[in-house]
Amino acid sequence: MTAMIEIADAKKTFTMHLQGGIELPVVSGVTFNVNPGECVVLSGPSGAGKSSILKMIFGNYRCDSGRIGIRHRGAVVDLATAEPRQVLNIRRSTIGYVSQFLRAVPRVATIDVVAEPLIVNGMARADAQVRAGELLHRLNIPERLWQLPPATFSGGEQQRVNIARGFISDLPILLLDEPTASLDAANRAVVVELIAEKKRQGVAMVAIVHDDEIRHLIADRIVDVTSFAAAA
Amino acid sequence: MADALENDQPLLVANALSKSYGRIAACRDVSFALYPGEVLAIVGESGSGKSTLLQMLSGQLAPSAGHVSYRMRDGITRDLATLGEAERRFLFRTDWGFVHQDPAQGLRMAVSAGANVGERLMAVGWNHYGRIRDTASDWLTRVEIDIARIDDAPRTYSGGMRQRLQIARNLVSEPRLVFMDEPTGGLDVSVQARLLDLVRSLVAELHLAVIIVTHDLAVARLLSHRVMVMKGGRVIETGLTDQVLDDPREPYTQLLVSSILPP
Repeated sequence: MTAMIEIADAKKTFTMHLQGGIELPVVSGVTFNVNPGECVVLSGPSGAGKSSILKMIFGNYRCDSGRIGIRHRGAVVDLATAEPRQVLNIRRSTIGYVSQFLRAVPRVATIDVVAEPLIVNGMARADAQVRAGELLHRLNIPERLWQLPPATFSGGEQQRVNIARGFISDLPILLLDEPTASLDAANRAVVVELIAEKKRQGVAMVAIVHDDEIRHLIADRIVDVTSFAAAA
Repeated sequence: MADALENDQPLLVANALSKSYGRIAACRDVSFALYPGEVLAIVGESGSGKSTLLQMLSGQLAPSAGHVSYRMRDGITRDLATLGEAERRFLFRTDWGFVHQDPAQGLRMAVSAGANVGERLMAVGWNHYGRIRDTASDWLTRVEIDIARIDDAPRTYSGGMRQRLQIARNLVSEPRLVFMDEPTGGLDVSVQARLLDLVRSLVAELHLAVIIVTHDLAVARLLSHRVMVMKGGRVIETGLTDQVLDDPREPYTQLLVSSILPP
């Protein structure tokens, strides 16, 4: 099977210039693949570098060395050395990222926040809004809130809006950073269901989840991040 | 945006641009390419050379060395220095916009809002009064100015309204590239948020390429795809906006990022 993500010997260190140039090693020797339809869960204690790895796969953190191979429109692109324009193209048509927190844009209605990834990829606004509405329904966001900007919503509501926005598109790779962190049991179940649907569609996923029960439900494979601990 | 970002021909290319005033180098050896639909933020503190750079890029200041080339609407790329005065003015009235920090610099304060917008259309040959007025009202609506104020002069407008009017005046001729110099600089925070949101949606809708100079990293994060950090006239760090802001490498960029108050 052809992998969607192929990470080889990736390394990340932070140099803190404001603290006298201390070197903060984060991870090194990160090596694993993710196949279509597979959900790989990163495990390890806080501070082990799970989120950093996810951000490296999204091109948000730069790598010091190594390779982040991403299958983008049939060819493998190394995200670690890709031009900014190419990274943006990859994010638009290949990799989605569901973060813990919604970076809310002031004044944009919830329904449009959710529909935006589809509109950017060329879907008509009305059709995109129908899909957005379906997902918001499933995630129990009441219809009376759809026209409001999510900035004033509760933490759990904002997270569900963020999940809807992340799951709406048909991207072949999804990165999930604690997608169920502040959700109640009913909504956690919806997210588990959404992840299962994505697997059936052949989406490759990398997730961070602290909840053992959820991890057990979604993980096809667990990658232990402590094995990538950088030598301090 | 899909097509715009994948268009492989740059719209504007800066090649080794430098500007010195006597022995003082205001801008040193800046090179980059800007593509259609791409938003580039130039950030840095006062005196970093970002405004000098913007003036050179928009053909208002001759570089001491290097050159700027621009792909015209006919598809031919030309060096700005070789354009005649009339050609440069035509670019400014049609294919380019320039949004100043102070709206009084970009508007005619004593003539009506409708005329401020309509004037750009007349400059490109529109002569049907009814159509000009319709298009002007249309644009006032798009920038959220009440049509009832169309005959009022911008000197009777608030700061936020003036800035929105300046944007309408710039966009009415359907430019492909807009330069912005601290467009939210003099505005209250709440007015800033509204303006940024408006600019963000217009840029995406119209597939505009934008070069925006700002000292405000939050503005850069909200609007731009790419960022260039300037210090002492040089570009010290450049990359995807979220990469540079979330994983800054240079000491000065780390200082800038760490100086932002948490939201």
